[in-house]
Amino acid sequence: MSAKAAVVVFPGSNCDQDNVRSWKAVTGLTADLVWHKETSLPNYDLVIVPGGFSFGDYLRCGAIARFSPIMGEIVRLAKRGNLILGICNGFQILTEAGLLPGALNRNKNLLYLCLDVHLRVENDRTAFTGDYRRGQVLKIPISHGEGGYSLKASELKALNDSDRVVFRYCAPDGTVSPEDAPNGSQDNVAGIVNGRGNVLGMMPHPERLAEEDLGGTDGRALFTSILQTLKGGL
Amino acid sequence: MTDSPKPWLEHNLAESEYELILGLMGRVPNYLELALFGVMWSEHCGYKNSKAQLRKLPTQGPQVLQGPGENAGVVYLGDGLAAAFKMESHNHPSAIEPYQGAATGVGGIIRDIFAMGARPIASLNSLRFGDPADNRVKRLLGGVVAGIGGYGNCMGIPTVGGDVYFHPSYRGNPLVNAMCLGLMKADKIYRGQAAGVGNSVMLVGARTGRDGIKGASFASEELSDQDRDKRPNVQVGDPFMEKLLMEATLEILEKNLVVGLQDLGAAGLTSSGAEMAGRAGSGLYMDLDLVPLREEGLLDWEIMLSESQERMLLVVEPAKAEAIQAVFDKWDLLAVPIGKVTDDGLFTLRRGDRVLAAVPAAYLTDKVPVYERPFSEPAYHRAAQGADLSPAREYGDWSDLLCRLLASPNLCSRKWVYEQYDHMVGLNTVVRPGGDAALLRLPGSRRGLALSSDCNARYVYLDPRLGAAIAVAEAALNVAVVGAKPLALTNCLNFGNPENPEIYWQFVKATDGLAEAAKALGTPVTGGNVSFYNEYDGKAIFPTPTIGMIGVIEDISFRLTHHFKRPGHLIVLVGQTKEELGASEVHHLLTGRDEGPVPSLDLETAARLNDFLVEAAAKSYLASAHDLAEGGLAVALAECCFTLGLGASLTVESPVSTAALLFGESQSRVLISLAPENLEAVLASLNQSRLSHGLVGRVTEGPDLAVTHGRQRLKVDLRFLLKAWSEALPRAAAL
Repeated sequence: MSAKAAVVVFPGSNCDQDNVRSWKAVTGLTADLVWHKETSLPNYDLVIVPGGFSFGDYLRCGAIARFSPIMGEIVRLAKRGNLILGICNGFQILTEAGLLPGALNRNKNLLYLCLDVHLRVENDRTAFTGDYRRGQVLKIPISHGEGGYSLKASELKALNDSDRVVFRYCAPDGTVSPEDAPNGSQDNVAGIVNGRGNVLGMMPHPERLAEEDLGGTDGRALFTSILQTLKGGL
Repeated sequence: MTDSPKPWLEHNLAESEYELILGLMGRVPNYLELALFGVMWSEHCGYKNSKAQLRKLPTQGPQVLQGPGENAGVVYLGDGLAAAFKMESHNHPSAIEPYQGAATGVGGIIRDIFAMGARPIASLNSLRFGDPADNRVKRLLGGVVAGIGGYGNCMGIPTVGGDVYFHPSYRGNPLVNAMCLGLMKADKIYRGQAAGVGNSVMLVGARTGRDGIKGASFASEELSDQDRDKRPNVQVGDPFMEKLLMEATLEILEKNLVVGLQDLGAAGLTSSGAEMAGRAGSGLYMDLDLVPLREEGLLDWEIMLSESQERMLLVVEPAKAEAIQAVFDKWDLLAVPIGKVTDDGLFTLRRGDRVLAAVPAAYLTDKVPVYERPFSEPAYHRAAQGADLSPAREYGDWSDLLCRLLASPNLCSRKWVYEQYDHMVGLNTVVRPGGDAALLRLPGSRRGLALSSDCNARYVYLDPRLGAAIAVAEAALNVAVVGAKPLALTNCLNFGNPENPEIYWQFVKATDGLAEAAKALGTPVTGGNVSFYNEYDGKAIFPTPTIGMIGVIEDISFRLTHHFKRPGHLIVLVGQTKEELGASEVHHLLTGRDEGPVPSLDLETAARLNDFLVEAAAKSYLASAHDLAEGGLAVALAECCFTLGLGASLTVESPVSTAALLFGESQSRVLISLAPENLEAVLASLNQSRLSHGLVGRVTEGPDLAVTHGRQRLKVDLRFLLKAWSEALPRAAAL
């Protein structure tokens, strides 16, 4: 199986190049930048919807991006079972597009926040997390103004019951309490997968800590996990 | 309107300047022409009060590819790579409308960088506010920080550093100095020149509206309480539009489609058009009927003076206009030919065939009168030298004093500020904000670029010449202390009204000091900005010549960071501690006064210290290095301990008072820690560099910080200090 990766570029994306760079640094493979006005993503096994401010995000983050021509194709690939990874603004866009449940609200202190947070790996059996261990604590940065995950209580319970919360904000020792989610995420949710397990959305930026020079490598295993999945076939 | 008996008044010109214009033109200029002179001859665009002094600054060096006079300076970094960088003020707009004022300050400096053909990779901000206990100041602080973040975060340009100080002199007139740096191939520098007769002049990006009209003139007046009605002078930023404009512009430059380009900043179409024609020695005409407008009915002078953001002026060969159009179409941006380059030397404005204004471009750009203003030493200056510095010496409870200092607005943690800035996007930030300088990796090698901004304005107020020299030395040391060799600097010279001889005295002396230090440290000035008239209700700010310094480290693996790494490491204090408590943060904390002699500075020692640090870093001798600045040794020690929660135990022998030892601000001092096995090599290197030093203690497991000086002792739990240091700014900023 091949591992052909695309990174979608909306006009206000600004982590598109970063994802290409880290994907390459970790896997040795190239990823193609694909303009949001494209309508097909032929033969891509992985599509990364990167961080940034897709259309300025003056309205709700991602609310306009979901209408970009490329989104129809992303929805089609998601239904087909290809891997879709949405990071930060990408996560927001995937929720707006209905590929993932819930919404991302303004951070609880109403400020934009860029800092390292700790994440507990809740599920190491997804297509994206095989190289992590359940319970492992990661240090990965967030950088957003609207990252407070919100979902109706009954749906959140269903999400938890089906093991679809993949990452949770936690303390350095792995314990979880509300103050560990600087954005005010409900139930400390930092990343989730869809029911089929092929679409992951997360607010933290694994691509930012994938090289030792930048102060940490806890993001690497996300990319190696994806590569393992793709090599093993979907 | 030309019938007005004093037509110069409406354009902020002096009567003598009006007469000069009459002489140059040989006729009476019409309203629009006079408006062009009004903005181009304003201090903001024409530097008429500063030019004579700026000539003193060293601008040359083998590393300098482009000195002052262009959109930004450019220096060579090695490996075919160059950096364009510059700092600019947006003080008055931020005083009126902090969010938009700061945001558009960031936007403006970013455009200056990509106008040179460089991709911006980092921003810094140097901010000054009044006392944060004041609600008005809290609103300014919150708004400015949010505005900087709002613009820079959306652009995807990391804000990696800067500095923030508080002092009542900035209460009504905060300072917002934005710096940006971009990378380019050294052989692909673009300049703002309208060359090639017959070439097309294209306006690209946003439409032109009424926002920011006469912003340049507004920047050249003092503020007062009557200024709420100046909100229309403040531009409104659209970072998403700027992101599109940046990508489209860099794409057409990459494709070699452009002859010259310039961003539209202060004085909008007027300055960009006149300056591009002026630099090329050509002429240029614009047809105002062709300018895309945001609303109908803009008057001629409004179009010419609008400072609507996110616009650029391009000069292109007609054959390439179509290819440019295609790129801008892709980004859904306007790109409209509005004129042509001519050979008549005139800056001509038309509507169709009707000529509205025709002024020789050189009159606007090169004939600006240069004033050597009279200056005199202010009375405060001599009076403030003598000061009773006993409050600090007699304090006694050193632990308490350290805690109070660490919780004071000027010394507490800046985390609340820099966490609101995306400082990591771009994947180049190797050393994040919070240390002495930010460090970014460079593509294609192991090299890195260090950036820092600094200015202790209290020093400058009390001794402009020495204070400005210290600002340069401090910024250079910040860069050297991460292991990078200081390379060049930009500046932003913020002062009060230059027509006041005492303010002008500050300016003359400060530029003297800046020039001396830049020469001595081998860091030429590649550009910058002058901001006068920083006054509120007749009271001037502290003179604040902000320095933005960059430096290069050969291999980022050898970078130094400020924090202690391991218990058992030895601590060496480099540099000489003198009985220098004057002008200090501790004296201000205890007395509320700004007084006393400024610490002395020996530039030759400063240069040797920089060299020592760069060499010691390259040899991996050191575990950490942190420079001693405001708050002195004790504050620096606490900062070294905080990051990893380690402690330190020191015994220092020194003839100075305990207060001066702990909190004095003697210059050119660095605290280093090292593994015991490296001690011999480090001491040898220090001796060879002729730097005073003392082995003063060692890093411990914590949690205490302990310093013994004779019979005096400071001993305090660092967890207690950390809490005070961390919580102070968020608490101060909360409304």
